[in-house]
Amino acid sequence: MGERKRGATRRAVLIGGLAATIGVEKVRATPEQMRAAIRNVVGAAPVRNGRVELDVPPLVENGNTVSLVVVVDSPMTASDYVKTIHVFNEKNPQPNVISVHLGPRAGKAKISTRFRLADSQTVTAIAEMSDGSFWSATAEVIVTLAACVEGI
Amino acid sequence: MARPLINVPAKVKRGQIFEIKTLISHVMETGYRYSTTGERIPRDIVTLFSCSYNGEEIFRADLYPAMSANPFIAFFTMATESGTLEFKWTGDNGFSETATATITVE
Repeated sequence: MGERKRGATRRAVLIGGLAATIGVEKVRATPEQMRAAIRNVVGAAPVRNGRVELDVPPLVENGNTVSLVVVVDSPMTASDYVKTIHVFNEKNPQPNVISVHLGPRAGKAKISTRFRLADSQTVTAIAEMSDGSFWSATAEVIVTLAACVEGI
Repeated sequence: MARPLINVPAKVKRGQIFEIKTLISHVMETGYRYSTTGERIPRDIVTLFSCSYNGEEIFRADLYPAMSANPFIAFFTMATESGTLEFKWTGDNGFSETATATITVE
């Protein structure tokens, strides 16, 4: 009886492992999904390169905590300021990372945070200015230990 | 359980731009992981963080599962007058946490 119980547990673990493997394959976002998420935010407006500086380490050992700094070149006055900063990724289960809403009172358009990366990929930051224009920057990151979908 | 940590300078000059650093202890479970028995672990994250300065919102962030556990967020604001900074985190499963910091503007 005890023997059988152990067997069932082993099988459950095996099935669990299998499900986890299949799950990992299923939940990856794609660059297309990232583009769709970006379109959702910017609409039909053009996104230009520049004014945004995205600082992420080029080589990451642990994808569970990756430091992220976004600086936007803006005078941050009442008439010319950064409204929003969005950060997107290509290969995590979801394309969004964070969306930050700022105002002229920020004084300086700079945010620092930590995020997860499930794979080596390109990270994109997009800033929306008060005049409605969008600016972006991208960074390539190589990850050795993936995050988000790992088992426990 | 969820202990917030706030780092704000105690004294600043009027018009000075200063940094506010915040961290809250939270698992930020993505909802994409499986337990050893193959069950999906439900999502449990902080979804919204906001900061107000004397009642006026100066910063707001929408967070997604891609944020690290114990979300750290640092940002800047300009010193206008002495008062309090209020921080608020809300998330899944009715999670809600607040913290305050006082600041003296010279």
